[in-house]
Order: sequence, then C-alpha cells, then structure tokens
Amino acid sequence: MIASIFEKARKENRTMLMPYFPVGYPTLSRSKKVFLNLAKNGADLLEVGIPFSDPIADGPVIQKASTVALKAGLKVEQVFGALNDIKKKLPPTIIMTYYNLLYKNGLKNFARKAAKAGVKGVIVPDLTVEEAKDWLAASRDQVETIFLVAPTSSDARIKKISKASSSFLYCVSLTGVTGARNKLPKSTYVFLKRVRSLTKKPIAVGFGISKREQVNELRPLSDGIIVGSSLIKAYTKAKTETDSLKNIEKFIKRLGV
Amino acid sequence: MSLPDKRGHFGIFGGIFAPETLMEAIGELNKAYAKTKKDKGFQKELKELFKSYVGRPTPLFEATYLSRHYGSKILLKREDLAHTGAHKINNCIGQGLLARKMGKKRIIAETGAGQHGVATATAAAFFGMECHVFMGSEDIKRQAPNVQRMRLLGAEVIPVESGSKTLKDAMNEAMRDWVTNVRTTYYMIGSVAGPHPYPMMVRDFQAVIGKETKVQLKKMGLKANNIIACVGGGSNAIGIFYEFIDDKVNLIGVEAAGKGLSSGLHSAPLATGQPGVLHGSLSYLLQNKDGQVKEAHSIAAGLDYPGVGPEHSYLKDKGRVKYGTVTDTEAIRAFKLLSEKEGILPALESAHALAYLEKIEHKKNKVSVINLSGRGDKDLHILGEK
Repeated sequence: MIASIFEKARKENRTMLMPYFPVGYPTLSRSKKVFLNLAKNGADLLEVGIPFSDPIADGPVIQKASTVALKAGLKVEQVFGALNDIKKKLPPTIIMTYYNLLYKNGLKNFARKAAKAGVKGVIVPDLTVEEAKDWLAASRDQVETIFLVAPTSSDARIKKISKASSSFLYCVSLTGVTGARNKLPKSTYVFLKRVRSLTKKPIAVGFGISKREQVNELRPLSDGIIVGSSLIKAYTKAKTETDSLKNIEKFIKRLGV
Repeated sequence: MSLPDKRGHFGIFGGIFAPETLMEAIGELNKAYAKTKKDKGFQKELKELFKSYVGRPTPLFEATYLSRHYGSKILLKREDLAHTGAHKINNCIGQGLLARKMGKKRIIAETGAGQHGVATATAAAFFGMECHVFMGSEDIKRQAPNVQRMRLLGAEVIPVESGSKTLKDAMNEAMRDWVTNVRTTYYMIGSVAGPHPYPMMVRDFQAVIGKETKVQLKKMGLKANNIIACVGGGSNAIGIFYEFIDDKVNLIGVEAAGKGLSSGLHSAPLATGQPGVLHGSLSYLLQNKDGQVKEAHSIAAGLDYPGVGPEHSYLKDKGRVKYGTVTDTEAIRAFKLLSEKEGILPALESAHALAYLEKIEHKKNKVSVINLSGRGDKDLHILGEK
C-alpha cells in the first residue's frame, strides 16, 4: 500500500511530502483539523505522532508538544478514535511513536486497532530490528513497519535494516534529535547517497529539515521529505486557530517539496 | 546459564531498545567491554585503582548498638567509606578505564542524588576527560552540596527542566546528548539500567562489593542469613547480591515507598509496576494503562526513578530476590537511629535498607548484612527540615 504511493511519485518524478504532527496538540480536535489541513495541502503520506512521556529521540519542540497533549490526558484509544473519524479524508497514514506504547497496549491489540483506524504503517524510533521480532509477528497483516537508518549505521546494518523495513527506509539526516537546523551537515548528503547504493527500496529523509534550500538539495537524493518540528513551530506561532492553519499552508508552500 | 544472553536479555527483560543512531556505538562498547574481561592488564589496573584510589576493600563493620537493639548480628558493608562517599565510584573507575581504552575524551552522565555525578566527575578528572553531567533541576535544588562538588571537580552540571525534573528526565537528556555526540562521547550510565551491555557491565564493576563481603564474612567465621540493599536503579543491590546468587542466603532489595504505596507517590516499580520499556531496556516500570511513564517519588533522590534494572525484574519473577518497600518516614527514622547510636550518617538511600531491619525476623544467631551504599552528608539540608 505505502509502496505503491512511492511508486506513483517515482513515475511522476516527484519527491513526496511527508509531514509529521503530534496528535493531541494543542488539543485532540485541533490536531484533527491540522491533519485534514495537511491532507488538503499536498501531504503524500501523513505521519501522526503519538506523544510519549519520555521521547528520547525528540528535540524541545516535539517534547513540548507531547507534554501539552499528555497533560490534557491524551489516550491511545482516543488517537485511534480520532483517526477513524477522518480516515477517509486522509492520505495514507503512518504512526510514529515509542515502543512502550505498543508494548503496554498489547502488540496485537495495538496493531489491530491501528489498522482499523486506517493506519498503514508504524515508525518506532526506539525499536531496533534486533528487538522487533514480537512486534513484527503481532502486526503482520495489520500494519507495515518502517525502520530507521542513521549516518552512524554501517553498510552491513543498512542492508539488514533495509531487508526488515517495509515499503521504504526512514533516513535520519544527522546524529541528533528531531528539530529544525539552520544547515544540514555535508555528511547528510553523503549518507543519503550511501543508503541509495545499498537498497532498492525508496528512502525518505527526516530530522532537522525546515527550509526550501534544504529541500532543494535533498530532492534529488530522496523519495520523500519529512518535516515535523518546523511545522509545529509554524503552527504554534499564530494566536488563533485560523491563523495557525494558514501558517501551515504557508509553511508548506514555502518549503516547496 | 549465565545471564544476560548475547543480546542482553535476562529472561524476557533487558535487551537493546535504542535509537538506530546509537546502535554502532553500543556494538562497539559491547566488543570493547568483552575484551577487557580477558585483558589481564585491564583487570590488574582496575584492582590496583580500587585499592589505592577508591580505598577498597571497604570494611564490613559490626554495628554493635544495632545488633543489641535487634537481638541479632547486624553487619554494615561500608561503601560510604569509599572515595567520593558512595559505591558509585566502583563503576565509574571501571567505565573510566574502559572509556580511556576506547579513546573517548568526552564523558556524559545522568545523576539523581548527585552521587553518580560526583563519581563520574571524579573519574573524568582522574583520567583527564571532559565531563558533562545532566541533573534534574529539582535534584539540583535538593542536593546542592553534590552540585558544588561536581563543579569543583571540573564537570559541567547541566540542569534539566523537562518532565519531573529528576533522574528520569536527566537520563532522557543524557541519551539525547549521546545521540547527538555519539562519535566522540562516552555515556557513563550510573545504574544497572540502560541498553545492553550497561546492566551487565555496571553489575560486573559493582560485584566487587559482594566479593569482598564474602571474603570478609569468611574471615569473621560468619555466614549471612540476610543481605539487604536499597534499590533505585539497583546497582548497589546487584553489586552485593551477585556473588551470593547461588548461595543459601535471603537476598532482600528495598524499594522506596515514598509517602506510602497507596498514595501513588513512591518509587516502587517492582512492587507495583508492570513490564515496560524505558531508557533502552525492558523492565518493571511505573506507568499508566497506556504505557506513559509515571513520575516517581522518594525523599531519597537516588531512588527517585520509575524504572529498575532488568536483572532485578528477572530476579523478582524468578523469586530469587525478595523485594520490599520502606517509606520516607521509616527511612528517616533509620537514618536517625544509625546517626545517633552508631555515629554514622547514612545516605537517605541506604537508610531504606537499614529501615528494613524493622521488617525481618531477628534471632540471636542470625546475621544480616546491610549494604551501606553511601554517606548522608549530601542529605543534611533535607533532614534539617524534618
């Protein structure tokens, strides 16, 4: 399912826009509107973050947004409910969250409920291929699992992860946590070329991306571009919800994926 | 079979749940550590430093007042007398030596009570490394003397303002730093927590406590009936238990019950938690039904952690170690007793182990060993308020 979206974009010679936004931020109903807004503004794939209390791979922006959502009492059950309400209007949706939420909700249960809510895949930044056996068994026939590769991953690991990863590979652009960077290091580009040479699967790049110049440089190297923190920042900057949604529209246009 | 297995599992617990960015570094650490086990030079240098720098062996001291008070023999393993005033230094000297072998020049660490922070800063000063310690701003307030010590030792103390502003959040921040600076940085985890190989490695470095205790008991012509230690992450406990795992002796770990288990304000994941993944491994965890991690509470900053080392979870389920709890109030009472009657100010963490003496059966010919994991100077201002 996800693979076919990539295929289509490839045929159209187009890089995909894959925005990330945390559900429950700033409230559950407002985040729903963000997802619908992103769908309208050209998101090819939607990444829905489920906030976790201890997001070790995330920088300050996503940390803060997660805290807001959790303080309001957000539950996984509500996330699936919200996605279920709007699934017909959304592009293929992937959940990004930490492993304990899958584990504690019951792996099979989580996978089944996610699939029912229209979710096509999951990305779990603290689930390594070595520890993924139980989850992969529980989620088979329900949702796909996309694994991450990092600039520090050896060639051998990238090949191994590519084999395990469904549909595409998520390339972490740099060593660090999520959050906009003024400039991406040169090593990002070297890394993407290296991944490309090691896998036949499509690749998407995320972490640190916030600007059109970065997108222009990444476009020839990647099938998809993921933006999260900078999108949340743009949304948060405005005072009213209407302006916030407009900001998202403007941000995506400016990005020019 | 000796545990953990190759991938760090103690039964269903442990493992490596970490961002991919860290996986090569974790693999490298694993290999480097495995090498040191067979490296006679490394082991010799470690032994020598334990003796001349840390001041080991630490005494096994018979507390005569307590023995009379309880009507049995009470022995204290005096880790409070180790350099820097707690058992934490054992691990830091071990990992410091390893970091030097690996050519790392930048050390990061998390700290709760500040004991591990001080020990890390000490090791970094000793080995000539740059040191950054992450500490919750709440803990910075309640453990001011240790903050000052770290700074005097040349470490940078970085306040952590997220979440509960305690140990858990300090560890989150340390992991974020590690992910960012993974190529140059050695992460010196202070407890038997984190992704494999940390729980195994920290245990091995702390196992010196139990090895010494065994030799000392033998010299005294005694056999222990109970060995009691407090459990936050659980490094001092596993340190004294490990050598006795196959022996006939009651091993008792004491978690912090804070304001009482029913109050919800405690740090007792083994008593009340369920298995979950935090900071790199699967273990018992304080969490809500959804898997969101709950904030812990204890008067002892070093126990104020919602998780626990995976090997403790394994030992609990296997029934080999009994885990009990002690409240803030009970710990303070034990602190006062030891201070006034034995002339030893214990750390509030260690006072939890002492307080458990109230909860076991005593007989004249029974021997109980308490791991006195640290000294209480750092807690004076908390106790001043009580």
